[in-house]
Amino acid sequence: MRLLLLTLFCWLSFSASAAVDPALVQQLAAEESDDKIAAIQAIAATADPEAAKLLQSLADGTLTAPDGSEIMLNNRIRGELANALAGLRLFDADRAVRLAAARELQTNVGIELAPLLAKALDKETDVQIKALLATAHAQANLASPDIAARLAAVKSLADAPSPNTRNLLLPLTKVDGEPDAGVRAAAKASLTAVERRLAIGETLGSVFTGLSLGSILLLAALGLAITYGVMGVINMAHGELLMIGAYATYAVQGLFRNYLPAYVDAYVVAAIPVAFFAAAAVGILLERTVIRHLYGRPLETLLATWGLSLILIQAARVLFGAQNVELANPEWMSGGVTLMAGLVLPWNRIVIIGFSLLVLLLVWLLMNRTRLGMFVRAVTQNRPMAGCVGVHTAKIDTLAFGLGAGIAGLGGVALSQIANVGPDMGQGYIVDSFMVVVLGGVGQLAGAVWAALGLGIFTKFLEGWAGAVIAKIVVLVFIIVFIQKRPQGLFALKGRFVES
Amino acid sequence: MRTPLTIRFLQATPKSGWVTLAAFAVLTFIILPLLHLAVPSESPFHVSTYVITLAGKIMCYAIVAVAMDLIWGYAGILSLGHGLFFALGGYAFGMYLMRQIGRDGSYQSDLPDFMVFLDWKELPWYWAGSDSFLWALLLAIALPGLVAFVFGFFAFRSRIKGVYFSIITQALTFAAMLLFFRNETGFGGNNGFTDFKRILGYSITSPEMRVILFALSAALLMATLLLGRYLVVSKFGRVLAAIRDAESRTMFLGYNPLWYKLGIWTFSAMLCGLAGALYVPQVGIINPGEMSPANSIEIAIWAAVGGRGTLIGPVIGAAIVNLSKSFFTQTFPDYWLFFLGALFVAVTLWLPEGVAGLWKRWQARRAA
Repeated sequence: MRLLLLTLFCWLSFSASAAVDPALVQQLAAEESDDKIAAIQAIAATADPEAAKLLQSLADGTLTAPDGSEIMLNNRIRGELANALAGLRLFDADRAVRLAAARELQTNVGIELAPLLAKALDKETDVQIKALLATAHAQANLASPDIAARLAAVKSLADAPSPNTRNLLLPLTKVDGEPDAGVRAAAKASLTAVERRLAIGETLGSVFTGLSLGSILLLAALGLAITYGVMGVINMAHGELLMIGAYATYAVQGLFRNYLPAYVDAYVVAAIPVAFFAAAAVGILLERTVIRHLYGRPLETLLATWGLSLILIQAARVLFGAQNVELANPEWMSGGVTLMAGLVLPWNRIVIIGFSLLVLLLVWLLMNRTRLGMFVRAVTQNRPMAGCVGVHTAKIDTLAFGLGAGIAGLGGVALSQIANVGPDMGQGYIVDSFMVVVLGGVGQLAGAVWAALGLGIFTKFLEGWAGAVIAKIVVLVFIIVFIQKRPQGLFALKGRFVES
Repeated sequence: MRTPLTIRFLQATPKSGWVTLAAFAVLTFIILPLLHLAVPSESPFHVSTYVITLAGKIMCYAIVAVAMDLIWGYAGILSLGHGLFFALGGYAFGMYLMRQIGRDGSYQSDLPDFMVFLDWKELPWYWAGSDSFLWALLLAIALPGLVAFVFGFFAFRSRIKGVYFSIITQALTFAAMLLFFRNETGFGGNNGFTDFKRILGYSITSPEMRVILFALSAALLMATLLLGRYLVVSKFGRVLAAIRDAESRTMFLGYNPLWYKLGIWTFSAMLCGLAGALYVPQVGIINPGEMSPANSIEIAIWAAVGGRGTLIGPVIGAAIVNLSKSFFTQTFPDYWLFFLGALFVAVTLWLPEGVAGLWKRWQARRAA
């Protein structure tokens, strides 16, 4: 009975692969991996729909050899099989399938795929797929025994800059990797081209990371710039307001997970107002209870707000534990956009840059187009005079402080998406955001903006070049030297009240 | 005719001050050492190693607090980076202590263990001379002084002051901390220096050595107070106070604030370096954590709690804060930061003149 079934099965599988040479199928059951791989490649080279079906069933583990013996696969064979299958999918009628297959064939392509790829390249009409195929074909031909084919391959790889291409080309520039001098020279030329393109990608990448770091610094520094401008108060607890914003985001995430699991991806949006008001409330509380009583004593305020920051950190430790809490990027913020080789822009950073710009716009509107903003600017410029013409300066102080704190809370939401959230998180940003305020000059939004973006990009560039620590030190030295030239920062306050 | 320097120095401190110092000297040079060394440990009068070490540590802190007060209380410059100078002094002397380990380290090498670990074959150039006690001592004073001088020169020349100056000093110590955290910097990275064995060939953990270090700390503290007193009543100190209260007016009167500020700033940093050099052998470790901005701000609160603008205040402040720290971190570790934070707020809000201010007010009321 069993024998009968087996024969039936064999017959079925045999008939299914009617168009393929049965000897090749039998070879799939050979002892040696090399023989099996040779068979797979030979089957794939027919570029026949039947061959695709056969190999797919082999990959699924449902294929047995014509003589009934089982076909064993190992990882190496599976890799070859996957490549062969991808090669065959290149002939699929569906464009999306072909595109996916071409993408799959961008790495580890051997010479055996070359004829298949050449055939596919010939038939392909889509420009995007054609470009991908050309790269794959060139890669396959690198190992070709024909010098002309190698030369053409090396030359065409210059148009496909990726770290993988660089690694492929590198051995070909050396005598032991490539016997022909002409090909070596071409490989060298291609390698230079590839490396130049990669370097451009890396540079743009660090500009981008710098921009996103700068936009976080901007959110942190905007609030500081407002409070320092209005009250002449350096708020050392500002970093902890950032932390409060991040923990508020964490709390909102928890609520969504428990009560609205269907909308969990929207938690970041919901967290924005929560974080703003949580941080603003704490800020207003600090202003009312402590900072208000220290006007005109900036150094003491420094110490008192430092004390407040210690209390807030310890409170976070008691409430949420000393460990970092875990926050997940929502689906729509994960992944990234690939602009060019070596340059992927992650969505979360793009969103953060956009978000900071939006906040900046709102703050600018608030400061320049509303009555409250006018009062804030009036108090910044001349407190006694503003009081004389009827501005309730104490109220403005509280509101401005609340606003600055709220913006820090928004910074916390942004930060929670790209950095660790823990009780100490604010401490790491406080020195940087002060540097922004010092560099930009006080009470000036424009100064804060340029200083934040400049420092962000500058830091990231140096980091890529000399490491994070040296970058920090160089930035610091730069600021000290800069202040030699412009003691009041980029955008100095002018007038009689500067010295008071 | 001007009074000779020595006379002026002696006259700077009032008689009551000399009496207090003499009593303190008897206590720290004779009574406590005897109670530690001569009284058997079962006796209730025995002073334990813990107490001697803690007291020695606090006296080092007190020196730093006085140094802080000299620039903050008398010159109006709040430094949030004094921990750097303290740590630099500690590191400078720590280099000597590391060399004194000799071949007794875990790798039995002439090089300090961490260098063997990093596979370095010889000492970096800046370790040259670190096997000499005198050079280490000189370095512990001169290095913080040099850093402070260069930094202060540029900062004061461009008239950076107030919170700007404070923030920049904080960034300075922060950057230095990052630098010292790196293994490649050549100061033991994260772990810093520890496992010291000897000073001048004598065991560092012997009771006699502890007592000597303790007495030296006390001596340096007293010298600091005397010298500080001399400085603040001298013409130099008066000009400093004038700069603190009205810098522009002092300039119009013909004084250049740069050199006065730079002088007291550098002096203060050197004091911190010396205190650091005494501190490290007593606690047996120095690592980059000493340079963290939080540590430097704590120094400011010692001075503030005790009372700025007085010399004895910072000593009392350093003692109060650090004794509470020992108490809290042992009994209620979770509440220490709450307490410290509340102390910062409370002192600035209600006690701007510190404990010394309370004392003065109490005396004024008694006199009235």
